[in-house]
Amino acid sequence: MKQPSLTHVLQPKWRTALQRLREERAGGGAKLAILSFVGLGFWAAVFGILYFVLKYFRGVEELGPLLAGKLLGLMLLSFISILILSNVITALSSFFLAKDLDLLVSAPVDWLRLYLAKLGETLVHSSWMVALMAVPILAAYGAIYHGGVLFPLYAVLVILPLLVLPAVIGSALTLILVNIFPARRTRDLLSLIALGAAGGVIMLFRIIRPERLARPEGFRNLLDFIAVLRTPTSPFLPSEWATNGIMSYLRHAPDPLPLVLLWSTAAGFVALGAILHAALFAQGFTKAQEGAERFIRGGLWRWTVGRLLYPLPVAKREFVLKDIKLFFRDTTQWSQLILLAVLVVVYIFNIKALPLHRGEQVGFYQVTLVSFLNLGLAGFVLASIAARFIFPAVSLEGRQMWLLRSSPLDLRALLWSKYWVGTTPLLVLGMLLTGLTNVLLKVSPFMMAVSMTTMFALTLAISAMALGFGAVYPQFETENAAQIPTSFGGLVFMMATVALLGAVIVVLWQAVYQYVRAVYDGRPVVVDSWMVMWFTAAAVICAAATVIPLVVGLRRMEQFEF
Amino acid sequence: MIRLENLTKLYGSFVAVDDITLDIPKGVLYGVLGPNGAGKTTTLRMIAGILRPSDGRVLVGGDDIHKTPLVAKQRLGFIPDRPFVYEKLTGSEFLRFVAGLYGQEGEIIDRRMAELLEVFELTSWKDELIEAYSHGMRQKIIISSALIHRPEVIVVDEPMVGLDPKAARLLKDIFRQFVSRGNTILMSTHTLEVAEAMCDRIAIMQHGKIAASGTMADLRQQTASGDVGLEELFLKLTGGVHERELAATLGDPR
Repeated sequence: MKQPSLTHVLQPKWRTALQRLREERAGGGAKLAILSFVGLGFWAAVFGILYFVLKYFRGVEELGPLLAGKLLGLMLLSFISILILSNVITALSSFFLAKDLDLLVSAPVDWLRLYLAKLGETLVHSSWMVALMAVPILAAYGAIYHGGVLFPLYAVLVILPLLVLPAVIGSALTLILVNIFPARRTRDLLSLIALGAAGGVIMLFRIIRPERLARPEGFRNLLDFIAVLRTPTSPFLPSEWATNGIMSYLRHAPDPLPLVLLWSTAAGFVALGAILHAALFAQGFTKAQEGAERFIRGGLWRWTVGRLLYPLPVAKREFVLKDIKLFFRDTTQWSQLILLAVLVVVYIFNIKALPLHRGEQVGFYQVTLVSFLNLGLAGFVLASIAARFIFPAVSLEGRQMWLLRSSPLDLRALLWSKYWVGTTPLLVLGMLLTGLTNVLLKVSPFMMAVSMTTMFALTLAISAMALGFGAVYPQFETENAAQIPTSFGGLVFMMATVALLGAVIVVLWQAVYQYVRAVYDGRPVVVDSWMVMWFTAAAVICAAATVIPLVVGLRRMEQFEF
Repeated sequence: MIRLENLTKLYGSFVAVDDITLDIPKGVLYGVLGPNGAGKTTTLRMIAGILRPSDGRVLVGGDDIHKTPLVAKQRLGFIPDRPFVYEKLTGSEFLRFVAGLYGQEGEIIDRRMAELLEVFELTSWKDELIEAYSHGMRQKIIISSALIHRPEVIVVDEPMVGLDPKAARLLKDIFRQFVSRGNTILMSTHTLEVAEAMCDRIAIMQHGKIAASGTMADLRQQTASGDVGLEELFLKLTGGVHERELAATLGDPR
């Protein structure tokens, strides 16, 4: 029987992608402009930083090129590690949980085509971000070492097998795991491992304190830094082959061996992966259909939170309880708390690492300035958390909206529940973060009061904005909550939050400056009408940023159609 | 009990429901039939208050579902065709949650929950997450959720899809009892045998309009048909020639 071509099997995927692109274009120029601006800005930043680092290396005789090579090897090795992890997770969806599998598996498509099609899908989904990240990095290398016009082509030839290898390894690992555990359990397990690993990497990177490299004696530290990381220089690592290939090309002495090694290994791995797929896929796919059987009494939440919420009307109470249960029963949701904890620890570590109260005395002005700017940073941290946990709240109701809309539940009650379920933990976190960092910074009682009050008002506003923007830009079709904040709406929300933080800080600075001036001049601090006016202005901004998004979000929800 | 007045729904320039006016009296099981894309689901979702009509209005027990939604929806239970529910809740938690949405709780809800779970043979599954339920079990839990608050009206889209014969029979009995107590059901279905056996009145939709409505006798009169079954009437009203041609083609060994 004639088999369909690989492009035919993949047709629904690329047609869907093209259609999405068309829809995005039809969506208007503003969206494209914002996305391009942010994307290009990010590329420019990565390129700029690396360009200066490489330029610095280039100026160092003998050791310079070695360091540049080592740095590239490090980055490519971390890319491979990230890719293996991300491929394991993506392969689980594309090979075992995707909606098109019933159609493909029941159709007379041979196992090799199915394997190659799904491997391609896994590769694209898990590697596009890393591939985009590699562009400014390799561009910086090309620019510094005068790679020439053919360098981009050569770089693609080197990077492509480097993407294929983790895709094959990741898919094979998933195949083996699914044969051992049910697919849904494997997904839970993997999301935990992935987040734990990501958190560990961030912590490790922070504890190494790379900012020491910026000091005049940084060069010595750089060597220590590389020694600490103990970069593997094994000749069996594909990242080493890729580094050797690129660096030899940039030294204008191209060596074909790395390319041969990369491509032959990639081809060999695909063949081995295919053999493994032929042997294990059918059994694994059958196992993947098994549900994760879990009997749950669910009494704990009802006895604790349920009792606390008893004064509320029954609809609101049940809604809050439902939201809490859903969050803590979904591993992909609660496991994000690991990253959140890491983020908070790193944040406090950063504040603690500031050289403000060590050695020579730092002026009152600097301490006040840092504690004041800390408001903006803490606000940004809270905004990121709100983007992850509150922004998707409305989208996640999408498939169940038939129930909510056909019941007599007031949409205001729904919004109210979502708002407080998200805001309460955010408020606790915001207050703790600000209070703790203020104590570390040894700020004055005046600044403590100002920053705590501001953070309280900002948190209320940030939550409301996350919920409001989430309702205005819903993503009802996305099943994975973690993907929702990375949508266009998530980007707009983050930009709006940055504008809010900027506005509040600018307005409050007028009042804080008056306070600093008074202390500096040795005058008593008087809260006069001028100061009150600025505080009121900040309060009005926060109140508007709380009420308007909620009202707009409610209006938008009233217009939802399913 | 349900009154549709000039109900219209547009999706851009496409007219999904075209100026429908219909009265569904109390104590009646009313069936809505029609080919795919005739506008049945859109009509039912407008009646349930999920979709907003482009024009016209829906009255449930005299209350406009879009102007006084909270009052009108108290009387209503909706069963959709696709059973999307909260996968991370257990069956009993889901029922308790839905009862809460209708402002009901306490012992009476516990009792009704136990009854419904027993009737639909879900008692042993009540503490299991819904993600582990089969399609039919999800359908059963949704039907239970539509009954938990004791509605006066049930709007149901394709109720028999995914149900085993025993559950389908049970549902028919429940619906008949529900109607015999003076309540009302509006049901869309593709199963003509079910409609013919269960419905007191039937409306046949075609291209967003009601092509014919009434009792079986009314339909026969409106279509000037003799003593024929619902299938013949349906095909006559909705242009069944194509279906017959398709059946002939599928039967052709070529």
